[in-house]
Amino acid sequence: MTALTLAARDSSTMVRRQLKRLLRYPSMTVQLVVTPVIVLILFVYVLGGTLGAGLGGGRAAYVDYVVPGILLMAVATAATGTAVMVASDMSEGIVARFRTMRISRGSVLTGHVVGSVVQQLLGMAVVIGVALAIGFRPNAAPLEWLAAAGMLTLFVVAVTWLSVALGMKSPTPEAASNAPMPLILLPFLGSGFVPTDSMPTALRWFAEYQPFTPVMETVRGLLLGTPIGHDAAIAVAWCVGIGAVSYLWARRTFDRA
Amino acid sequence: MTNLAIAADGLRKSYGDKVVLDGVDLAVPEGTVFALLGPNGAGKTTTVQILSTLVPADGGTVSVAGHDLARDPDGVRGAIGVTGQYSAVDKLLTGEENLRLMADLHHLPRREGRHRAAALLDRFDLADAARKPAGTYSGGMRRRLDLAMTLVGDPRVIFLDEPTTGLDPRSRRAMWRIVRELVADGVTIFLTTQYLEEADGLADRIALLDHGRLIAEGTADELKRLIPGGHVRLTFADAGLLDAAHRIVGAGAPDPDTLTLRVPGDGVRAIRDLLVALDAHAIDVAALTVHTPDLDDVFLTLTAPQKESVR
Repeated sequence: MTALTLAARDSSTMVRRQLKRLLRYPSMTVQLVVTPVIVLILFVYVLGGTLGAGLGGGRAAYVDYVVPGILLMAVATAATGTAVMVASDMSEGIVARFRTMRISRGSVLTGHVVGSVVQQLLGMAVVIGVALAIGFRPNAAPLEWLAAAGMLTLFVVAVTWLSVALGMKSPTPEAASNAPMPLILLPFLGSGFVPTDSMPTALRWFAEYQPFTPVMETVRGLLLGTPIGHDAAIAVAWCVGIGAVSYLWARRTFDRA
Repeated sequence: MTNLAIAADGLRKSYGDKVVLDGVDLAVPEGTVFALLGPNGAGKTTTVQILSTLVPADGGTVSVAGHDLARDPDGVRGAIGVTGQYSAVDKLLTGEENLRLMADLHHLPRREGRHRAAALLDRFDLADAARKPAGTYSGGMRRRLDLAMTLVGDPRVIFLDEPTTGLDPRSRRAMWRIVRELVADGVTIFLTTQYLEEADGLADRIALLDHGRLIAEGTADELKRLIPGGHVRLTFADAGLLDAAHRIVGAGAPDPDTLTLRVPGDGVRAIRDLLVALDAHAIDVAALTVHTPDLDDVFLTLTAPQKESVR
């Protein structure tokens, strides 16, 4: 067997392990799906009337605006779960056992990443379903839906590798739950919930140049037809950069520990 | 001809300025049980971690199952199985799933993986719990599952790091029986333990590790010969008899609190002479126990001076 097929085989074994674990421990998944749904409902029904008026529409306009922000917030929330899962797995004897076996070194991490990505894509489908039920009206063609899904998947993969690295760097699962916390703020400190135009200069500068904003603008553009401009290219560059650096960081940490 | 399953030469490891292993040499012939015995903190677990490729050594050369540890860690990994001190099972998966996971990671065909998992569940008395998550297992069951997982890949060299620590006597015996069966199959076992009885009962050779150095090595009998012979412990009804007996015997250590006298020597002749002498003075012995030297004595004798030198 070549090194590559060996790696693929071990990785798929580890993905199966991780999916089984997620099924056995559903409370984490439920929390990751329920939290963004609650935030969506709060923002639409509590704040949406006023915020929508500011956008020049009403509650209906705000549902359309806020969905990409909620989706990225869901990814950021899930990052916490992934980091905790990885940190607690690393503290268990089973990972020490894997290290003493002749298996592809990266497969343990790949298992975590693929498991989390699957979990988050399912979560996003639920959020989009709820959004459609309460008035989200995207005008995207099938190809645009596909592109939006691709953009979100790329983003999820990048953030998940980052949370895996953060989880491995954390001494305890408790510490791991804090590490990705700042990510949850990024949709707020960007164009997730209100357009950046209304923000004070410094904040606005940060909001426009941080990585979450181009991703949200791209998804918004694909689903709702707002202008995308350079955002798509910038978003892809951010995702590839964050993903690649996090991947190398995670692998290095795993090989050293 | 004896091939060495494990050969280590001048193994060193420090964490910061704390020296954990300070030049350890090991030679374990194939198909034997080697016990590394030592108190907590002696460096036993670190030794296992190094030999099983988990942690790199700072110095020294090691070969395991004919593979050089530094140059060919994957070769070593392919030949060994490790059951650590903390159970290395996935607590969310069932016993059967844990074993199937190992079979998949050893790239066994599906049918064979299923077959082997079932056979191991039977052999380790886990068949009834096969479909329950490992997190619900008792300590003994989890340790058995752990060892079963180690065996899925048919390792030629098995490391057992304190395999019976924290187990009740029945589970401990079950573990010992399994170890003996494995040796009968020609597997080499490297065992660490803090129980002298365990090393005495299982191991072909025993090494005593203390403060990162091997302070003695040999068979259990060889080690026992390192220390003076055993003793006889006599118990008396009162302090007067104890004093009288001590005067007559002219040797030994009286303990007024327990009314016992410890007399060196454990041979039949020595005991008979002792009893005859006491009988001649009409001194009643309330109880007599003979204490032959065991590894506890060896261990305490050899490690005591070193401990005192530590301030």
